[in-house]
Amino acid sequence: MEALVCADEATPLLYVLRNDLKLTGTRFGCGSGQCGSCQVLLDGVPVPSCDTPLWSVQGKAVTTVEGLAQGGALHPLQWAFVDEQAAQCGYCLSGILMSATALLQKIPDPSDVEVRAALDKHLCRCGSHNRIVRAVLRAASAMKAAA
Amino acid sequence: MSNAEATALPALPASLKANPRLGQWLSILADGTVDVRSGKVDLGQGISTALSQIVAGALGVDLKRVRMLPASTTFSPNEGVTSGSLSVQESGSALRQVCLEARDIYLEEAARQLGMGAGAALQLRVQDGQIFSAKGGPSTSYWALADDALLDLAATGRVSVQVMARSPGACHAVGQSVARPDIAGKASGAAAFVHDLRLPGMAFGRIVHPPSTGAVLVSTGLEEVNAMPGVLATLRDGNFLGVVAIGEFEALQACKKLAAVSLWRETGKLPDMHQLGGFLRTQALETTVVGEKTADLAIADQAGTRRFAASYSRPFLAHASIGPSCAVARFTIASEADVLEVWSHTQGIFNLRADLALMLNLRLENVTVHHLEGAGCYGHNGADDVAADAALLARAVAGRPVQVVWSREDELGVAPFGPAMAIDLTAELDAQGHVTHWQHEVWSNGHGLRPGRGKSPVLLAGTLLATPFDCQVAVNAPLAAGGGAERNSVPLYDFPHWKATSHRLLTMPVRSSAMRSLGAHGNVFAAESFMDEMAKVSEINPLAFRLNHLGDPRAREVLQSATAMANWPQRHGRMPEGQGVGLAVTRYKNVGAYCAVVACVDASRDLSVTDLWIAVDVGLVINPDGVRNQIEGGAIQTVSWVLKEAVQFDNTRITSTTWETYPILKFSEVPKVEVHIINRPDQKSVGAGEATHGPVAAAIANALFDATGVRVRDMPFTPERLRQAALAQ
Repeated sequence: MEALVCADEATPLLYVLRNDLKLTGTRFGCGSGQCGSCQVLLDGVPVPSCDTPLWSVQGKAVTTVEGLAQGGALHPLQWAFVDEQAAQCGYCLSGILMSATALLQKIPDPSDVEVRAALDKHLCRCGSHNRIVRAVLRAASAMKAAA
Repeated sequence: MSNAEATALPALPASLKANPRLGQWLSILADGTVDVRSGKVDLGQGISTALSQIVAGALGVDLKRVRMLPASTTFSPNEGVTSGSLSVQESGSALRQVCLEARDIYLEEAARQLGMGAGAALQLRVQDGQIFSAKGGPSTSYWALADDALLDLAATGRVSVQVMARSPGACHAVGQSVARPDIAGKASGAAAFVHDLRLPGMAFGRIVHPPSTGAVLVSTGLEEVNAMPGVLATLRDGNFLGVVAIGEFEALQACKKLAAVSLWRETGKLPDMHQLGGFLRTQALETTVVGEKTADLAIADQAGTRRFAASYSRPFLAHASIGPSCAVARFTIASEADVLEVWSHTQGIFNLRADLALMLNLRLENVTVHHLEGAGCYGHNGADDVAADAALLARAVAGRPVQVVWSREDELGVAPFGPAMAIDLTAELDAQGHVTHWQHEVWSNGHGLRPGRGKSPVLLAGTLLATPFDCQVAVNAPLAAGGGAERNSVPLYDFPHWKATSHRLLTMPVRSSAMRSLGAHGNVFAAESFMDEMAKVSEINPLAFRLNHLGDPRAREVLQSATAMANWPQRHGRMPEGQGVGLAVTRYKNVGAYCAVVACVDASRDLSVTDLWIAVDVGLVINPDGVRNQIEGGAIQTVSWVLKEAVQFDNTRITSTTWETYPILKFSEVPKVEVHIINRPDQKSVGAGEATHGPVAAAIANALFDATGVRVRDMPFTPERLRQAALAQ
């Protein structure tokens, strides 16, 4: 989607998404890029949006968790998280889904170790890690089968 | 009703006794749905799903018809605090009774409307809300009969004996791994948390907290901040300092400025974080004997008696939720009386309401608290405190809703901590290797400083105001209510003589309160480490040593089950160089879930936990995957506590206020976790959320000993700590 937003160019992307664009799926966790809960894709590359000033986004494609579903149908990754019940509180999910999306674009058939490495900068406090890894692996299988 | 009848009635579940009107819990609607109001709240644990299963089962309706309403002080039953792994027990048993009585009432009404004779209701059956007479005669439904007036009466505790027989599908929903309905929404990025609430005209507030406990604000520069773009108001009230702006980034910038122009005088005196055991033992204390048992012993051979003694500890721990505490408040000034409305991820909406009313001098009925989810909650975190912050800022811009989100530094540095603990154990073994005497002593701050329980509010902001409320010292709940620091200090084993003593600190330089499992984490870590130490000296396998002292069949079964999963006999003492296995068992609170754990560690480099095998018995299982999720999550969180976590401080300030200084377990460090659930349909359901924290900690310590021969008695097991322990040995 395209939107016109009037904001200070120093504003972190996170706040433009959450407040100006009302896309609250991207979530604040630390404000210094250390936890991954605000992860978005910038031209396909995962970055923490809390640490990304608006000026640096100029001309780039921003993908948030709200952009994963297509035509109202959840992305296979999102389905896999539901199927594995891969959450407790779910606060960290949006950011993890974005890094997982980038991972599967780069490595469509990752190993358990590769998934953990790709998610290592994401913190989860509820202890849902193993379910989340299983969900990413399940999505990889589903996407391979569908391809 | 005669007295004889009254006493013959079964006792109501406590939550229902306190909130007896059936219609407060349940509404049956003409559109074919059921609205349920529990006083327990979703904290990320998925309790709504389990409760909805209990409702569907007892009422005899399909699960998809059941709608769990978010709790609010305007309509929810007051069930106190959502804590202590009690939601299935307390709210579940109340809702089950409500639904069984509601079903009886609706069947009586059905019989009446269908023109059937007295007692005819007993022949009616319910299937997904449809009501049939047994012979295929006339039928109706809950939905056709729906009338709030039918449930506008108090629960009696009575349920007709035929009630279960009449609804073959009654228990269908219970025992199924029903998927949580919230996960699809959360995975799609839909608004889910109080952080996502966007009310019309909502402004953004931020707080400048004192840099240390007791710091006094000497000077600040409100005018400078007021002149910044977007700033609506600044507020200074004593040592409480905050700002409200139209935009969130403007609020952040204003907050940064406000912090920069504020000068504090710090007087705080924190203990030496490296000598917490000494600190805890030398404060003013309140000592309580938790329990004791003595027996006549035929002491055959005192010569063979051996004495053991060891001391264990855990540090202060941070809740470290991924989403910092957040609340939205709206304050309305009215001529008759001011009104406050708050949206919060508190564990106790009524408790928070009570303290907000006290702090702001409002009438209780003019304060409303609505629950909205926050990020995962593992105890008394900053949720209540930030609600007080939001209320104060909302009053400064009355009429406008204000959202306050704490910073990461606030979350890790200002929210209450899980208290540090020191534990001393002594025991005597007879010549046959049987424990004859056991003493457990624990030193700790109280594990409870929750709002809504006293005449004075405990909210952090209240202690900062120009006319401040006293800083209170945390207390321990009575043992009958689960206790606090003393939780699980009473032994699981059948020792002939034992005594448990709790020493509560009467000072509290580091503000602390309830954190997941309370004292059970430290006490079970200590007791189950100590059991291993004695087994080792006695040259008895730790599994056999435990079984020799363990009569409770359910405890024995989880222990045998976990060790079977782990292939214990092939692993213990036989692992490759640098690796080891250890086990531990407990019954949470001595009356809750049974849990046994085998841990496998690799200490060949930095210590890592590679595997956990866990067997758990939570009585009747409502939702197996819900239990599994809680057990897995609790276990992984405990690995993080044990390997990595300790709140750091210098002599004035908390210094572990970032993820770099308070690291938690990462994806690549998480062990494999296998869970086996022993379902016991004949036993009451108990919570699963806190069963693992004690035994996982001890199992890791025991596995570390198996791997290295080094006994580490102080958490966390950081590389530095392991080096010290190895040197000391």
